[in-house]
Amino acid sequence: MNSPSLRLFTFAAPSRFYRLAGWMVPWFWAATLVLSVAGLYIGFFVAPTDATQGDAYRIIFIHVPAAWMSMLLYLVMAFWAGIGWAFNARLASMVARAIAPTGAMFTFLALWTGAIWGKPTWGAWWVWDARLTSELILLFLYLGYIALVNAIDDVRRADQAGALLALVGSINVPIIYFSVKWWNTLHQGATISMTAAPKMATTMLTAMLLMTFAFWAYAFAVVFTRTRAIVVEREAHADWVTELTRGKMHP
Amino acid sequence: MRDLFLAVLLRDLKLASRRRIDSLLPVVFFIVALSLFPLGVGPEPQMLRDIAPGIVWVCALLASMLSVGSLFAGDLADGSLEQLLLAPQPAIAVAAAKSAAHWLLTGLPLIVATPLVGLLFGMSGPALLALVAGLLLGTPILSLLGALGAALTLGLRSGGMLLILIVLPLTMPALIFGAGAVGNIEAGLDAGGHFSLLGALLLATALGAPPATAAALRISTE
Amino acid sequence: MNWGSASAFFEMGGYGLYVWGSYVVAAVLMAVEPVLVHWRHRRALRDVSRMNSGNEAES
Repeated sequence: MNSPSLRLFTFAAPSRFYRLAGWMVPWFWAATLVLSVAGLYIGFFVAPTDATQGDAYRIIFIHVPAAWMSMLLYLVMAFWAGIGWAFNARLASMVARAIAPTGAMFTFLALWTGAIWGKPTWGAWWVWDARLTSELILLFLYLGYIALVNAIDDVRRADQAGALLALVGSINVPIIYFSVKWWNTLHQGATISMTAAPKMATTMLTAMLLMTFAFWAYAFAVVFTRTRAIVVEREAHADWVTELTRGKMHP
Repeated sequence: MRDLFLAVLLRDLKLASRRRIDSLLPVVFFIVALSLFPLGVGPEPQMLRDIAPGIVWVCALLASMLSVGSLFAGDLADGSLEQLLLAPQPAIAVAAAKSAAHWLLTGLPLIVATPLVGLLFGMSGPALLALVAGLLLGTPILSLLGALGAALTLGLRSGGMLLILIVLPLTMPALIFGAGAVGNIEAGLDAGGHFSLLGALLLATALGAPPATAAALRISTE
Repeated sequence: MNWGSASAFFEMGGYGLYVWGSYVVAAVLMAVEPVLVHWRHRRALRDVSRMNSGNEAES
């Protein structure tokens, strides 16, 4: 009865997840703080100025981690939505819904920083670079998912429809990226590209990786908190939720 | 399964033939929308020739998306959709038939109207041919993806706009290759690669979209 | 150390507007989002306790 797989599945119960996540979130915030301080310190005070791009390149410490997170979160979202659909696991669907806004936020941030980086480097506020364009389409995919699940009143139908859309979207992401890359190289040649980033000195790479992990910890903290909120909203009629609110207001 | 496919397809075509004006609306929209561009960007011939492939594709996209919203609405309203899904044959047949009907009623007329539009924009013969060929491969993709969107947004208040939002990103590769092919021909290059990719996209969509649409129909009607 | 003075740090070799424009927006987004989520959580708990006290008042 106490086999590891069974014990793992107990956290699929919203009530147990609620408690576990509540315990973990402060640690994620701590990790975010430590990692971002370390990353920013190395990024600004240790990594040297770039020969070609000057200090403008330091935007990379936000831009690349945000872009990576935006893509990773989409796949994770699609995965959990799929699990929720396949196994009728409510919590998995709730996690997927919780991920979407944060994923969209990172996508927007990647686009914003990408645009700002483009101005001093390429002279324009926006370039139809293959990666930026794919990132823009990714933002539309996120918005579509959020719009769809919010438009459907029936929670179960919304979860399932969202899962299908997210899965179809994730299959499309590589296709979209490939087609945009093709289109981009044909139209402009490989000169205008964000891949013309500075040759990575080790310090630059270290800072970038630290910031990526910082964003990852941030995503865990925010997504878990949002999931807890969704759990309370959806399981409002359960006894354990009533017990929760009768105790302290904010456990 | 083929019987169900044919039955649904023929039924949709027959229903459309009884409302001929409604069936022509997408084509009319297509032509009207395209006519707005010279008014908006100016009548300079070379510029119009340059933007023609792109805007024809975009207007074809929009016309398709606008008309696909009501794909299942009629059947949902009178209860026949439920009956169709209760049939022993897989719902994929229904999804495929509906997509095919949409293409025959919207996509094909758009393709027929394209040479006229090409004249308005002063496109050259080879470019126009490439445009028509691309649309021939691309509009079925739009119908297939549109059907998926229609199934997902079945019965929702915000249906139309929502459908466009969720389907448009998925259609972008087709747009890129289709318009790109014409661009290549106009530049004197070969467009074989574009057409191959468009063909591959069509194949993948034809295999992947109907099952997804069938699943979406079940989700939306349960 | 890369920077001779605090003002050099803010100027970022002339690219100050771009670099800080990015970082400020990132900081704002990543400060606002957790706050909004926190509010959502609290609102959910408040709604539940309000609903329950309503039920208790009835019975």
